[in-house]
Amino acid sequence: MFARLGATMRTTAARLSALYLLLFAACAILLVFYMTSLSGRMLVGQIQNTIDDEMNGLGRAYQRGGLNALVRVIDQRSRQPGANLYLITDPSGRILAGNVESLQPGVLDQAGWTASPFGYQRYGEDGRNARLGDEPTAATDASGAMHLATALVLRLPNDMIVMVGRDLGEPERFRQVVQRALIVTLGIMSLGALLIWFFVGRAALRRIDRISDASQRIMGGDLSGRLPVEGTGDEFDRLSENLNQMLTKIATLNEGLKQVSDNIAHDLKTPLTRLRNRAEAALNLPPDPNEYRAMIERTIAESDHLIRTFNAILMISRLEAGQSTEVITTVDLATIAADVAELYEPAAEEVGVELHLDIAQGATVNGNRELIGQALSNIVDNAIKYSAGAGSGATKVVVGLTVANAEARLWVRDSGPGIPEEQRERATERFVRLEQSRSQPGSGLGLSLARAVMAFHKGRLDLSDANPGLLVSMVFPAGEGAR
Amino acid sequence: MQEASSLPRADLTSYTGGMKILVIEDDREAADYLEKALNEVGHTVHVARDGESGFVLADNGEYDVLVVDRMLPKRDGLSLIAGLRSRGNETPALILSALGQVDDRVTGLRAGGDDYLTKPYAFTELLARVEVLKRRSGSKDVEMIYRVGDLELDRLSHVVKRAGQEVTLQPREFRLLEYLMRHAGQVVTRTMLLENVWDYHFDPQTNVIDVHVSRLRGKIEKGFETPVLHTVRGAGYMLKAG
Repeated sequence: MFARLGATMRTTAARLSALYLLLFAACAILLVFYMTSLSGRMLVGQIQNTIDDEMNGLGRAYQRGGLNALVRVIDQRSRQPGANLYLITDPSGRILAGNVESLQPGVLDQAGWTASPFGYQRYGEDGRNARLGDEPTAATDASGAMHLATALVLRLPNDMIVMVGRDLGEPERFRQVVQRALIVTLGIMSLGALLIWFFVGRAALRRIDRISDASQRIMGGDLSGRLPVEGTGDEFDRLSENLNQMLTKIATLNEGLKQVSDNIAHDLKTPLTRLRNRAEAALNLPPDPNEYRAMIERTIAESDHLIRTFNAILMISRLEAGQSTEVITTVDLATIAADVAELYEPAAEEVGVELHLDIAQGATVNGNRELIGQALSNIVDNAIKYSAGAGSGATKVVVGLTVANAEARLWVRDSGPGIPEEQRERATERFVRLEQSRSQPGSGLGLSLARAVMAFHKGRLDLSDANPGLLVSMVFPAGEGAR
Repeated sequence: MQEASSLPRADLTSYTGGMKILVIEDDREAADYLEKALNEVGHTVHVARDGESGFVLADNGEYDVLVVDRMLPKRDGLSLIAGLRSRGNETPALILSALGQVDDRVTGLRAGGDDYLTKPYAFTELLARVEVLKRRSGSKDVEMIYRVGDLELDRLSHVVKRAGQEVTLQPREFRLLEYLMRHAGQVVTRTMLLENVWDYHFDPQTNVIDVHVSRLRGKIEKGFETPVLHTVRGAGYMLKAG
């Protein structure tokens, strides 16, 4: 339980609520202090006004009836109940009239408003009404309870002193009430914050725990696992969703990588085995330098073939994994078609195949000239190979470019045996050499490379029937080929 | 059988030799092989096994050609070449790399390399490229008329003559002959031709280049006594008088 609580305290939610609580409390305290000091000042101002009025009334009585009238009025008012204080002394300091029995020393020495509240004792009360005198600030005089008051002191020309004051008990009580309310409020607030902190923090903690558990499972090897999404659409859900998308992407890449390594293993082991067998067979030959030489030559030729295969696999894999960083520029498909046709024309003629170019209209796409050129070369190379094998009359290979329906098609039509419809899909798979082509030389990677190049260019490789022969089309979305 | 038996070592007598070459390669076996093989055809070879010592050697020594592995300890090959170029050292450099994508080649050449060869390579390919690199630093580019024996090619008017007799060539055949004549007396491989005449960098798997060359040969040799366009066994072609 405590460990759990400790964990709760460490959560972000708990830390945030603690911070909020602190800030809120500081603000509340500031506000209360401001309010009390403001209202205190207002109360003191009111008291001073009252005292001023009293003093004015006394002054009028003095003007009307002189000193006697003044003393009489003061005596009269002193007997009335209320919070007002009155005092008049003769020049020697003897009390002539008033309701004040004793004062803090020094209060009467200076004329004008008393600088600060002072202690006093009312006439005829010494301890009987001690409840109000509990203020420790006023208990300066040990003899009895003192009250706090503020007063206006007036020195008459004949050195007599008149003082009018008012008890400060009321504002003092007000301040006490406010303070108590403040303490209670802060207490309730803190308790509330603690509760919210505890429950909110725990709820957040539980969700984070679930996310942690799920990620641990995923790290443990279950790459198909996903983080929980509760459907509330809050920050946690958004976080989980984003992480899940990341996991899916990683899984895809991982799958691609696995497939690549599987393929490489399979595709290279076969020729490596052949290479090894040949070397082993050479050891069993009679020791003849010429035989050895021929064997080594074949081994080198085999290695070169292996290197070519390896390069092609690497290239296909990089293109398929979308990790290729080849430069994309605007390329002219007609130029590529013409270049490749020109490159292969003599070789085609050599094997009795006519190579024609059929470009009705130019087309530019965004892409990589080298990749498109290489893909087209592979297709043309295949076309010549299979057309030459067909051997019936005029064998022809046509390289063409057609633009229609927002697509640019770079196509090669041969007059070979073609590929039966049900086998066309397989023909572009890696290393698939269809049954009737076993006798032809080749790695079986030509069409797969072309397909990978087309995928890289966001296009596709179409195989269809040319009646007779095969029509292979590299289909580009016109205008923009690749990313 | 006799023909085939000379294949693997190629016709190494076709090479000129006599160059001072710095090989910067960290793989001991590859470096030793290069050193031995280049020595055999008459080149002087120094070997550095990391980027830093390679840089110091290349910067101080007067080499004809540098052969630089792209991935080297201490300092990679591209930064080494870029460093040399920034110091005004223009020694032609051939980059060797296991990275073979088009953009890898582009980065290599942009760093100041003059040619790029993907590992694994055939020694004859490397040798041909190294020898062509040396000549590249010569002044062939400014010559307007190339002459090899009685064969003459005018780069401005695009007229080709053999013994004063005009020979008609297709535009591509002209470029092919121009490249061969620029490197007359040097071995030129099939990939070099595909790169320089067609501007494609893939491996010409079938005999496409050979057919182009034999067509060209037919045009410039037919009716003439002496062959000029020679096949170098196991390597490529060479244009040479007599």
